[in-house]
Amino acid sequence: MRITCPHCGNRGLEEFTYTQDAERTRPTDGGATPTPEWADYIYLRDNLKGPRKEYWYHSAGCHAWLIVERDVSTHEILSVRLP
Amino acid sequence: MRYSAFSVLTQALRGHTGWKPAWRKAAPAPSYDVIVIGGGGGGLATAYYLAKNHPEVGRIALLEKGWLGGGNIGRNTTIIRSNYMLPGNEPFYEFSMKLWEGLEQDFNYNAMVSQRGIYNLYHSDAQRDAYARRGNSMLLHGADAQLLDRAQLRRELPYLNYDNARFPVQGALVQRRAGTARHDAVAWGYARGADQRGVDIIENCEVLGILQEDGKAVGVETTRGVIRAGKIGMAVAGASSLLAAKAGLRLPIESHALQAFVSEGLKPLIDTVITFGAGHFYISQSDKGGLVFGGDIDGYNSYAQRGNLPVIEDVCEGGMALMPMIGRARLLRSWGGLMDMSMDGSPIIDKTPVENLFINAGWCYGGFKATPASGFCFAHLIARGAPHEVAGAYRLARFAEGKLIDEKGVGAQPNLH
Amino acid sequence: MTGFRLAQGGLVDRASPVKFHFDGKAYTGFAGDTLASALLASGVKLVGRSFKYHLPRGVFASGSEEPNALVELRAGAWREPNTRATMAEIFEGLEAASQNRGPSLKYDPLAVNNLLSPFLSAGFYYKTFMWPASFWEKLYEPMIRRAAGLGRNAGLPDPDIYEKTTEFCDVLVIGAGAEGIEAATQAAATGQRVILCDENAPLVPIDLPAGVEFLARTTVFGVYDGGTYAALQRLTDHLPSSNAPRQRLVRIVAGRSVLATGALERPIAFGNNDLPGVMLSRAVGDYVTRYGVAPGRNILLYLNNDDAAGLIPVLHQAGVNIAGVVDARPASSDVVHEAARAANAPVYAGAAIIRATGWQGVSGAKIRLAKGGDLALPCDIIAVSGGFNPNLALTSHFDGKPVWDAAIAAFVPGSLPPCMSVVGKAAGQGLNANIQPVFHSGFFPGKSFLDLQNDVTVKDVKLAEQEGFAAVEHLKRYTTLGMATDQGKTSNVNAIGVLAQTLGKGIGETGTTRFRPPYVPVAIGALAGAHTGKEFKPTRLTPTHEWAAGLGAVFVETGLWLRAQYFPKPGEDWLAAAQREVNAVRNAVGICDVTTLGKIDIQGPDAAIFLERVYTNSWANLPVGKVRYGLMLREDGFVMDDGTTARLGETHFVMTTTTANAARVMQHLEFCAQVIWKELDVSLISVTDQWGQIAVAGPKSAATLAKIVDSPFDLSDEAFPYMACMELTVCGGVPARLFRISFSGERAYELAVPSRQADALARALMQAGAEFGIAPYGTEALGIMRIEKGHPAGPELNGQTSAHDLGMGKLLSKKKEFIGRAMAARPALTAPIRQTLVGLRPVNPQDIIRAGSHLLPVGAPAVAASDQGHVTSAARSPTLGSIALALLENGPARHGETLRVYDPLRGGDFTAIVTHPVHLDPEGHRLHA
Ligand SMILES: Cc1cc2nc3c(=O)[nH]c(=O)nc-3n(C[C@H](O)[C@H](O)[C@H](O)COP(=O)(O)OP(=O)(O)OC[C@H]3O[C@@H](n4cnc5c(N)ncnc54)[C@H](O)[C@@H]3O)c2cc1C
Ligand SMILES: [Zn+2]
Repeated sequence: MRITCPHCGNRGLEEFTYTQDAERTRPTDGGATPTPEWADYIYLRDNLKGPRKEYWYHSAGCHAWLIVERDVSTHEILSVRLP
Repeated sequence: MRYSAFSVLTQALRGHTGWKPAWRKAAPAPSYDVIVIGGGGGGLATAYYLAKNHPEVGRIALLEKGWLGGGNIGRNTTIIRSNYMLPGNEPFYEFSMKLWEGLEQDFNYNAMVSQRGIYNLYHSDAQRDAYARRGNSMLLHGADAQLLDRAQLRRELPYLNYDNARFPVQGALVQRRAGTARHDAVAWGYARGADQRGVDIIENCEVLGILQEDGKAVGVETTRGVIRAGKIGMAVAGASSLLAAKAGLRLPIESHALQAFVSEGLKPLIDTVITFGAGHFYISQSDKGGLVFGGDIDGYNSYAQRGNLPVIEDVCEGGMALMPMIGRARLLRSWGGLMDMSMDGSPIIDKTPVENLFINAGWCYGGFKATPASGFCFAHLIARGAPHEVAGAYRLARFAEGKLIDEKGVGAQPNLH
Repeated sequence: MTGFRLAQGGLVDRASPVKFHFDGKAYTGFAGDTLASALLASGVKLVGRSFKYHLPRGVFASGSEEPNALVELRAGAWREPNTRATMAEIFEGLEAASQNRGPSLKYDPLAVNNLLSPFLSAGFYYKTFMWPASFWEKLYEPMIRRAAGLGRNAGLPDPDIYEKTTEFCDVLVIGAGAEGIEAATQAAATGQRVILCDENAPLVPIDLPAGVEFLARTTVFGVYDGGTYAALQRLTDHLPSSNAPRQRLVRIVAGRSVLATGALERPIAFGNNDLPGVMLSRAVGDYVTRYGVAPGRNILLYLNNDDAAGLIPVLHQAGVNIAGVVDARPASSDVVHEAARAANAPVYAGAAIIRATGWQGVSGAKIRLAKGGDLALPCDIIAVSGGFNPNLALTSHFDGKPVWDAAIAAFVPGSLPPCMSVVGKAAGQGLNANIQPVFHSGFFPGKSFLDLQNDVTVKDVKLAEQEGFAAVEHLKRYTTLGMATDQGKTSNVNAIGVLAQTLGKGIGETGTTRFRPPYVPVAIGALAGAHTGKEFKPTRLTPTHEWAAGLGAVFVETGLWLRAQYFPKPGEDWLAAAQREVNAVRNAVGICDVTTLGKIDIQGPDAAIFLERVYTNSWANLPVGKVRYGLMLREDGFVMDDGTTARLGETHFVMTTTTANAARVMQHLEFCAQVIWKELDVSLISVTDQWGQIAVAGPKSAATLAKIVDSPFDLSDEAFPYMACMELTVCGGVPARLFRISFSGERAYELAVPSRQADALARALMQAGAEFGIAPYGTEALGIMRIEKGHPAGPELNGQTSAHDLGMGKLLSKKKEFIGRAMAARPALTAPIRQTLVGLRPVNPQDIIRAGSHLLPVGAPAVAASDQGHVTSAARSPTLGSIALALLENGPARHGETLRVYDPLRGGDFTAIVTHPVHLDPEGHRLHA
């Protein structure tokens, strides 16, 4: 897999770190209350096939976080942008 | 026909004309009392133990979308062990280990359960202490464990890289009862055993939807038509989220690719299982002579059942760092499986919010060793409606509640487990 | 003709004889020969034994698809099992040995397996060896393992070195046959950068235009995402062992690829078709035309297509007798008839070979004639062709499934990996003229082999089908067909053909297995490259490494870092040294390099707000010139890391993290800044490597520092109290940052200077402190002191603990937003039953507590139900003796309680008293001493 970092250009998979999907919205702070929204955000994933938005970190490059749209069934990279 | 040396002998003399299919190619009936979805280790074992331990449940079918055993059960690196640390896990895996120990006689199939031991190497004092914690926990749970120092280890595994290592090997946590089993044979053995006890094993039957009436699951839509059921248990590993979505559920699971590797056949070289503690590498040797090895998951969500080059290189670097004698052995095949990585690295065996729909998932890269207990406990849950005592911690609600079973302590990021 | 070498012809260099040994016997070949061609030239037919039945086997093919002729090449640590003789180019002094055999290749006692073969049918082992259970590991399994396997690994470290490169091109052409050369030339003509790879070394130079980089002896073995191809270049495998790199892994990133890998021949199975002397027809032709070797003197051809008829004139012109052409097609064809007539060879149209005859080699064949009746034909080679399979393995490394093309009776590429095209024979073009598919001659005297290496026969396939293993993947797994080192290149299609016949189905519906990388087996050493031994991972050295080494420090791996563990004086072991170092710090002054702690520079108008949100405690009110301890949670509310952060200016902070979590915290903070709160104006950069940092600790630390701090900086307690920080200069103008913080519990400072100055700083500090008895200290002493002080570190910050568990619940601010706030409030994270941090001291001072021990109530049985906690960290304090930190259920309520410290793994079982985690100076007086 190769990802085109907006800062660094086209680079190999080994330079990047995936952490989580970028499909969910982080709840706004609601105080020290463990709401179901927070639990869902932290623990539940759609995890479906097809194109997904994901957070990737250019860990061995410029340290930019990227939103990568990628087809998880084929590994095809569809788009890369800054958050 | 019962399998035995005698039956092999008599069949040999008759030109093997008497052997029957290991399991019938059943066609779906319109309805069953219990449907198990997924013809992997988990599903097959569930069907087997349902039929064996809970015949009162009635008619049972197992639905597999492709050919039986084509998922992770047939792709894993076959390690079985019960060397877990946390109280939520260790009783379950030790129960599984005990079932492995009697499995072949139980289901009358040689699954080549080989208790050749596993060595988890440590390379620092901190790692040793963590293993001591784990080993003591294993002993408290009635499993076996042993902590070796460098000199003891060197006597047992002289071929490791002791003298030119970036992270010197200092010793190992050993579980002698651990080992390997022939993965396909486990699937076939359970299939045959379930079939003999009346389970309909239906291959090429993909579940496309879960039929619900009044919030209850009442059947499944499949590529071979609608099949109704009183209870439905899903055990589809890497496809768990896809199937759960059909019932309107989201799961604490991501699907990731894990690769595995086998070398060309070699004369006996490594007679145990070894896990490197300073890199992503573990290895054993199959009875056919291939070195079976693997490492970390590829690290990104995937439904492609294949991985990429960086992990292959990483695994081989680990291998060479630990045992430089394998440099001239050749990698023969590599493949990937879909791991159902959960948010705390531990599995789920539970009811779902949809009545009569049960879930068995979240096995990460370790569900093969769990196969017997996974099936045993899932069958218990489906039949009795209450969890088996060794699987009581594997609830779906534990995530939201914060009662996690996180052996590695890396939190809700599946690719780190 | 000397031996089987033809008087003329072939592309080998007859002027350059090459001597080599096989099984200890000396032979001579020519430069350009493979081991296989040289052995055939010398009349050696028997080259190995098969996997299961240990049957004699000879050379079958001429390329990397060879299933039989596997040898152990080279000697000693260089021994390389399972090497295809067809791919090994000979060199002067080459040593090779046959494998998987008894004491001699000719007489192998395990060939008795062949007599037992009725019992060793496919899958027989699943049905037996179950009783008694314990015999499996002791008896059956070792027996099976010894008999199986192939060559022997040397059991010694691989002495060779391997390289890796990444190459970029517009077009990658795989295969340098006519089609590949054509594709490469065309692409280069349009100005594209082309890499052309071929598995073999060309025997005659190839003429290529500029713009084409040609990699010979380079096998593209895998297709990966993003146009990445993995190739193995064999640099010195054709040369005697040396120090030069053996192989190179070439990662090729290509805009597109052209697959021009041609086709591989498949055989037709018949009885005893594994005898040495049964060969693929094209291989026979290759040996004649490439190497000038006639594998036999009287060759029988068995075919079902016109392509293979090309061998007839080749043999005829080389003066080799053709014993006959057995054509499976009822009418044969004009092509065959004409070629045979020209060569005076009889054609047996519509006939079949029932079996080969001979002992350890073909001496004849028994054929069934079309009109009935059998005929015995003497011959020394049977050249067989069941047609050609497009060599399409690389097309299915993604999801592509080959598709059956009935017109040419072959699988052709299905859907292709992105940006790949297939040309020529690999695409099924120009193949299998007039073929009538035959996979097995149809007779069962003797064994008819499909997979020659794994000894899978036609009967095995039928039996598997009978037992229900009729899905192609089941068949493969049940019989092991196609799983040998040749990956089924010559057997898969035939097996599917036989299976389809058995099922009475078409081949298309019966299916095919997909190919997985690698296309050919690849040395693990080559995949690892140079990252082995000490070079397995980079080594990070602290800036004072040389200084510490000069003082005789013992170093320890801490992640990628090497840190000074202790500084032994003559006669001291680690414990004596560490305790002396602790005493020096507690009584005088010590210094320790703490550079490895992560340092993150945080700047911007919103820097303070940012810290408020990533730490649990409050930061906005921290004055400039002050340091504060901070606790950081993950989003799920568990503790992520801790450390101190200094405010150097209104908008400028420097954060420290633990050594272990430095990278992870950086990644997390970047996420917070770039994703969660991108509206905040804040910038982060890791400065861990830029600043060398040294802790100066002990009652004499201020006095020591005073001697190196440039005036006018004031170190007095009034000007620079506990938790103060400032930027200053030391040693006459070296810019520095000074923090008055303490991990040891003593009055202490940490002094940071640009990394290149840290070594000089350490030496200056040693000099300055000499009069006070200064001592350098390492991680052991550091560890003892932090346990004395009850500071949590790695074993307590294990990712499973909450702030509550570590006694830090009060650090969770109630007044502001911070990462993890909501989830940390879950009742389960603060429940009293949770294991929380306590201290431990043995009841009997002789007992030594070890980390990893578990804690049980005294008198309770040693079972899991009694398990209430475990020892996380333990130390041997010079003043307090054995002390420890532990996580214990309901810990804070149990100070003073006696517990059982249970460590069956190492034979420990004694009692200890639960204490407050801070063992030493709980009031913190020493910080100001
Ligand atoms: C490379 C690799 C190495 C591993 N190594 C080990 C190891 O050494 N030790 C260990 O303990 N574990 C290991 N594992 C993990 C282990 O294999 C899995 O955790 C375990 O097999 C999962 O359970 P299963 O066998 O039921 O899954 P699977 O075999 O994947 O079964 C799930 C089945 O469900 C079917 N299915 C999916 N969707 C549907 C549908 N809609 N309808 C019908 N059927 C459906 C699939 O086709 C599949 O057959 C490894 C895994 C991999 C990939
Ligand atoms: Zn970048």
